[in-house]
Amino acid sequence: MEGTAVRGRLTWQVATVVAATWETPQTKRIRFALPDWPGHSAGQHVDVRLTAEDGYTAQRSYSIASPPEVPEVELVVERLADGEVSPFLTGELRADDLIELRGPIGGWFVWPEHTDAPVQLIAGGSGVVPFLAMLAHQRLTAASTPVRLLYSVRSDTEIIGRPELAPRPDLDVTYTFTRAAPDGWTGPTGRIGEALLAAHAVPVAHRPHVLVCGPTAFVEAVSRGLLDLGHDPARIKTERYGGMGETP
Amino acid sequence: MALVTRGFTGRRRSGPPGRLPPGQHDVGRDFPVLTAGPVPHTKLDRWDFRVDGHVDEVRGWNWREFQALPHEQITVDIHCVTSWSKFDTHWTGVRVDRLLEHVQTAAEYLVAFSDGGYTTNLPLADVLDGKAWIVDGYDGRPLLAEHGGPARLLVPHLYFWKSAKWVRGLTLTLADQPGFWEKFGYHEYGDPWKEQRYAGD
Repeated sequence: MEGTAVRGRLTWQVATVVAATWETPQTKRIRFALPDWPGHSAGQHVDVRLTAEDGYTAQRSYSIASPPEVPEVELVVERLADGEVSPFLTGELRADDLIELRGPIGGWFVWPEHTDAPVQLIAGGSGVVPFLAMLAHQRLTAASTPVRLLYSVRSDTEIIGRPELAPRPDLDVTYTFTRAAPDGWTGPTGRIGEALLAAHAVPVAHRPHVLVCGPTAFVEAVSRGLLDLGHDPARIKTERYGGMGETP
Repeated sequence: MALVTRGFTGRRRSGPPGRLPPGQHDVGRDFPVLTAGPVPHTKLDRWDFRVDGHVDEVRGWNWREFQALPHEQITVDIHCVTSWSKFDTHWTGVRVDRLLEHVQTAAEYLVAFSDGGYTTNLPLADVLDGKAWIVDGYDGRPLLAEHGGPARLLVPHLYFWKSAKWVRGLTLTLADQPGFWEKFGYHEYGDPWKEQRYAGD
C-alpha cells in the first residue's frame, strides 16, 4: 500500500455551475467551472461546502465524474431522501449559481496508470461515478489497458453514465439488474456474488487490478466473492459510502 | 466569511450543544464504514499485538494475553473526516498506557499498523494519559470485522482515520512518518476541532 505524496494546501474555491441536468430520476449531473483547478487523477473526489445566510455550513465529499483531460469538473449526485446536501444539489442548484468546492482529494482509489494488467471495475448504483472519470480518461488517452466494468443497477432507468458507457471496442460493460430488467433482457440479473463474478469478471489468472465502489453492503458482498474466487486482496481497492444500519 | 449559498438553509443535524466540531454533521444511529480495501478476517489464534520500533525491547500479546489485560468501558464522540460525527459511542478496550507502561523509549511519534497494510501516524503523547485505547468491543458485543474487529485503535480526539481498524501493533518512531492516508494529502495530525482534514489545514 505505497502512496504518492500529495502536498500543498487545498483551498476553497468558488465554482460556477455551468449546467445541472437530470442524469436519472434520482441523480443530477452538475458541471462546474473553477477559477484555479490544479487537475486531478481519475477516481479522486472533491469536498463541497454549502453555507446558509446565518453562517451555518454543511460539507460532503463527492467523486469526480469527469476525466482530468477536460477543464470543467463534473459531479453526479444522487438524491438521498433523508439527506441534507444532496437534496439541495439535486433540487435547488441551477446554472450560474456559485458554490464552494475544494480538491482534488484522495489518490488511492484511482485509475492504475502504467500497468500491463487488465482492470476490472465493479460498481453498485451511483458507485459508478468515479469509474466514469476513469473510463473517459482511458478513452481520451487511448490507453491500451484492457478494462471491464460490471455494473449492478436496480433498473434500466437508473443507469448513470450512458455517454461514458456507450459501446466501443476497447470497453466491455456487463450490466446486472437487481430489481427490474428491461424487456427482452437476456443478460445477468440479481446481485453480484461469486457466480456472477466467475462468469463476467476478469479471471483470477489474468491478475487484474480490481476496483469496487458502491454502498457498504455491496462492497462487502463483492469483496467476499472476489476473495473466495482467489483474487489477491492486495490488488483490490474499495470505496464505499453509506452506513451499516443501526447495528454495526 | 464563507460564500453564502443561494437557497441553502440546511437541516442542522448538529447533535448535543457544543459537541459537534465545525463542518461536521450528526449521523444519528447510522455507523458509516469506509475502508481502502477488502475487510481482513484474521483468526484469533493467529492474532497478536506488538509494540516495536524505537523501544528497549519488543513487546507482544497474543489474543488470550490481550484479553487478560484490564478492559474498561469507554463512551466517546467520534468524528470522521468525511464530515459525519457520532455521539456517545460505547466501546470496550485496553488503554494504550497499559501496553506502553514498561516501555523505555526516546520516541515522540508512532505508526499504528494493521492487517491489510493500513498505517497511520500519531504523536506518542496523543495515545497516552487515557486518550487512546485498543478496543475489541462495541455496544456490549465483540467488535465486528467491518468496524475493525477483532481489535482497532480508538483515538476519539482525532479524526477517525487515525483510529486504525484491524490494528496489530504500534511502531514507535523518533520522527513523524506519514501513514497511509497522510501520504495521500490528509493532515498529519487531524484535530477535528481545528478542521485539520488535509495537509496545510
